[in-house]
Amino acid sequence: MRALQGPVLAIALALVFGAVLIAIDGKNPIEAYGAILSGSLGGIDQIGRTLEKATPLVLAGLAVAFAFKAGLFNIGGQGQLVLGAAFAAWIGYRFSLPGIVHIPLALIVGGLAASILGILVGALKAYRGTHEVITTIMFNFIASNLTTYLVAFPDGPWFEVEGNASNISRTPPIQPSAEIPRLLAGDSSGIPLGFLVAVFAAIVIWWLLAKTTFGFEVVTVGANRHAAVYAGISVKRITVITMAISAFLAGLGGAIETQGVVGRFIPGDNSGLGFDGITIALLAKSNPIAVIPAALLIGALQAGATQMQSRAGVSPDILNLVQAFILFFVAAPMVVRWITRVRSLEEDSGPQLSSSWGAA
Amino acid sequence: MTTIANPSNTRSFDIRSLGFLLVPLIGVAITLALHAYFGWTSQQQQAVYAGTMRGSAPLLFGALVGIIGEKSGIVNIGIEGQMTLTGFAAFFAAAASGSLLVGVAAALSVGMMTGLFMGWSTITIKMDHIIAGTVLNVFAGGFTNYYYAQGKTMPSFPSWPIPVLEDIPWAGKILFQHGPMVYFAVIGAALLHFGLNYTRWGLRTKAIGEHPSAADTVGISVTKLRYRNITIAGGVAGLAGLSILQSASSFSNTGFSSGRGFIALAVMLFGRYRPFGALGAALLFGYFSALQSQLQLFDTIDIPSEFIGMIPYAFTIIVLAALGYAARSPAALGQPFEKD
Repeated sequence: MRALQGPVLAIALALVFGAVLIAIDGKNPIEAYGAILSGSLGGIDQIGRTLEKATPLVLAGLAVAFAFKAGLFNIGGQGQLVLGAAFAAWIGYRFSLPGIVHIPLALIVGGLAASILGILVGALKAYRGTHEVITTIMFNFIASNLTTYLVAFPDGPWFEVEGNASNISRTPPIQPSAEIPRLLAGDSSGIPLGFLVAVFAAIVIWWLLAKTTFGFEVVTVGANRHAAVYAGISVKRITVITMAISAFLAGLGGAIETQGVVGRFIPGDNSGLGFDGITIALLAKSNPIAVIPAALLIGALQAGATQMQSRAGVSPDILNLVQAFILFFVAAPMVVRWITRVRSLEEDSGPQLSSSWGAA
Repeated sequence: MTTIANPSNTRSFDIRSLGFLLVPLIGVAITLALHAYFGWTSQQQQAVYAGTMRGSAPLLFGALVGIIGEKSGIVNIGIEGQMTLTGFAAFFAAAASGSLLVGVAAALSVGMMTGLFMGWSTITIKMDHIIAGTVLNVFAGGFTNYYYAQGKTMPSFPSWPIPVLEDIPWAGKILFQHGPMVYFAVIGAALLHFGLNYTRWGLRTKAIGEHPSAADTVGISVTKLRYRNITIAGGVAGLAGLSILQSASSFSNTGFSSGRGFIALAVMLFGRYRPFGALGAALLFGYFSALQSQLQLFDTIDIPSEFIGMIPYAFTIIVLAALGYAARSPAALGQPFEKD
């Protein structure tokens, strides 16, 4: 339970800071947070929506957390996710296949498209010493440009030509056979099956890290690069594979978003998701299973944002600020302890990343 | 550690110290070839080169922010956020007051506050430097989005053509007809070069970045100097924000800095942590963004605009990959200092 103290206090403090900002604006913070609560957990539809929002967040969080384990900072989840979303949409609309093949094929192609990016980033890091923070950010812009080109009006190769009267830059809708179905979808929207895929991915990553030799190597590289070399582990190989898997996870998140929620690819529809992954991974202390509740929390905030705006008149953008506060307090247990006077709080301040910065 | 005790690179002339010229020279060669290929007129070429000067100013300031931080032992990946916040502050302060000077003051003070935050989180509470920078970036995005207001305009930056020099045929228009921030950026690089290599401050700064405990032993207050430097660097980040504002003339909450804070880090690395090296690198990177706007504007070749838009980012990756491990960073970079 003590491991939970840090994240819980960080969230609580961040919400208090957010409430102060809302109050300064002359709005009612209790009303705002109440609206978030009912908008995210108030009924089966709302819960379904929270799960829907949390799904790509689990995967974006896993992507960052898994890279953290090897001491790598994948700040480019955004670009990887967008690539996954676009390529899954392409497989989804272009081909007609039975659902049992079509759904996983689109998911995997989405993930693989992203992992090409990851391999590039990993190889640049491993063989040229190029820091992944810079390359992944640069690839965010490149991926965003590339996907915009693919679906752009009028010449984009994946642009939806027919039935697109207002010439919106987007792909055609995916075939029903590529859509991820919902469970218990009676009168309500039901539970998105994509969430279970995300949970399954979290379990696989946990298993990989905790139970396999490869996972042991990843953690060793993350803990001490020099010791890893001494133990005969190829740090270069681990760096490339870790980035490939990390990017695959983010791409998978984008693919599920396309196949389970949006139904096609529209540029700009999922902006910001990749960066949420950083908050989630830190909140979960890079534990793959803990990523699930962390993503659910951020997902709930996002699911309730519309209600907050309509009922309390607070712009959903406040949540980005709350998230920045969460990020800060999770990374600064010293400050949390100082404010809250909780003495027993753990000192662990998360992954140490700057040691690999510019190290020659 | 010999560089601390004996700053040999400042004593005798070494041909290698002119290495920074190599970058602009290669740049000029590439550009001449490209321009011949596109068949641009002299006027279009002038536009590209003048655009290069304007576009390199924020990158150069950003790189100087990075250099001051890293020389002092602090990794700053929050430059993007600093540029965003200072640009935001300057724009809305200038718009509300109707005075550009108020905007400048806002950019500098907000910049120093962000610097202070970087200092506090990395020095006092010993947060991981990269996480601290990320916090700053995420906060900047959230803050500017939440408080953004549409429909404001600010007084524009003056143009400061340099008398006599601006009349130099062809080159005068490129080099000497700019807003103030372009000149300030070059002056800033010169000042930092002088400060780092020829003053006590520079020697001490390098000492706390290379070997803080040795610096502490000889009586330098590592904590105090790191705080002071990262705060000054924040002010410089304010100048970077102002440079973007000078060309953009308004703040956009969707794409103000557009990754320039990160490109500035690449400029810093490519310039091998030297202010004049960064100047050369900033010109090269600035050239590629000017080339991008020129190609978008004149549509001279049949490449989709999205691919042209990738140029600065792809170029950054290529340069860093080519650079490899060549740039040596200060030894104590990213490590918290614990006084024994």
